[in-house]
Amino acid sequence: MNENTEIQDVELAVSRWLRIGVIISAAVIVIGLILLFITGDSGYPGSFYPHTLSDILHGAVQLRPYAVITIGLILLILTPVLRVAISIWVFMREGDKLYVMITSIVLIILIISFVLGKA
Amino acid sequence: MFSLQILLIAILAGIVGSVLGLGGGIIVTPALTLLFGVSIEHAIGASIISVIATSSGSAIAYIRDRITNLRVGMFLEIATTIGAITGAFIGGLIAPNLLYIIFGLLLVYSAVNMMKKKKDDQQELVPMHPAAAKLKLAGSYYDKAIQQEIPYNVGNVYGGFAVMYGAGIISGLLGIGSGSFKVMAMDVFMKLPLKVSTATSNFMMGVTAAASAGVYLFRGDIDPHIAGPVALGVLAGATIGARIMQRMKSKTIRMLFIPVLLYVALQMIYEGIGFGK
Repeated sequence: MNENTEIQDVELAVSRWLRIGVIISAAVIVIGLILLFITGDSGYPGSFYPHTLSDILHGAVQLRPYAVITIGLILLILTPVLRVAISIWVFMREGDKLYVMITSIVLIILIISFVLGKA
Repeated sequence: MFSLQILLIAILAGIVGSVLGLGGGIIVTPALTLLFGVSIEHAIGASIISVIATSSGSAIAYIRDRITNLRVGMFLEIATTIGAITGAFIGGLIAPNLLYIIFGLLLVYSAVNMMKKKKDDQQELVPMHPAAAKLKLAGSYYDKAIQQEIPYNVGNVYGGFAVMYGAGIISGLLGIGSGSFKVMAMDVFMKLPLKVSTATSNFMMGVTAAASAGVYLFRGDIDPHIAGPVALGVLAGATIGARIMQRMKSKTIRMLFIPVLLYVALQMIYEGIGFGK
C-alpha cells in the first residue's frame, strides 16, 4: 500500500466523521437553545440543570431545553473519541499494523482515564 | 442578551484558539469569570467544552487542507494521554508548585527560542530522526500565504515525546488543553513548521480534553446555559479561524504566539511561587 494514499484515506475518514459529529451536536444544541427561548423555561426549577446520565436522558425525551442542550454537549465530547476509533478501523483496513497499535493504545488509555475519572 | 454576549466572546475564542493551536480556554475562562461573573467551576467546565469545540471545528478544515500531520498527532497522543492520567494521579499526592515553576521556565525558554527564529516561511530541512523515519512522520503541506508546497522532516522525536508527556501532566493537573506546550514540543523540539504544529496541536487537544470532560459533566460543572452558547460560538469561530490561519504568514502567527506564551509562563511561575493562593 502506498503510504501517501493510505494517509489520505485516513484523513478523509477522520475529517468526514468529525464533520458529522460537529454538525449533529451543534444541531442538537441549537434545538435546545431555541426551545429555551420559545418556552422561556429551562424545564427545571431555578438554576438547576441535570447532570446524571438518567436525568439527562429522561429530560431529553421530554424535550426539556437544558437536557437537550446537554445531550448536544455530550455528543460534542464523544466526537474526538469516535475519531480515534474510526482511525483504528481505517489503519486496519489499510494493513498498517504499527498505526493500528498506536491508535489502539490511545483508545485504551482514553478508556482507562474515563474509568479512573468515574472512580 | 446574556447568551448572545457569550456567543460573541466564544466566536472570538474559537478564532484565536484555532489560529494559535491553544484551544480557546485562555479567553473563555477569564472572560466568563471577569465579564459575566460566572463561578470558576462553571467557567472551567465551559472552557473544556471550548477546547473540544475548537479542536473538532478547526480539524475538519485543517485535515481536509492537509495541514494537520495525523501520524505525528496520533503518535504523540500516547504521551499526552498517559501524561494526563499521571497528572490527575500526582495532583492528589504532591504540591505541584515545583512542576509549575519547571514548566513555566520551559515555556520562557521556548519563547526565547521562537524569538531567535528568523527565516520563518522557509522551512529548514532538519536531518530525519531514525524514529521519525520508522513512524513515517515526515510530510509536506501547501502554504497558502506564500503559495508553495513545503516539505518537512521531523527531528528529535524523543524530546518532543517527553515534552508532550509534560503537556499531558499539565492537562491532568489543571484540566486545560495545554496547547502552548503542544505547539512548543512540535515547533521547538521536533522542528515541524509552525502551521503544522498549531494545526496538529488543535487536532490532539480534543482527545486530551474529552478524557476529562466526562468527569466535569457528571460532577455538574458544565452548565448548559453557559456551555451551550460557548460550544456554538467556538465551533463557528474555529471554522473561520482555520481558514484565516492558512493565509497568515508563519511569522505573523509567531509574533502573536510569543506574548501568549510568555503570559502563560509567567502565570505558571507566579502560581508556583505561591502568590496565586
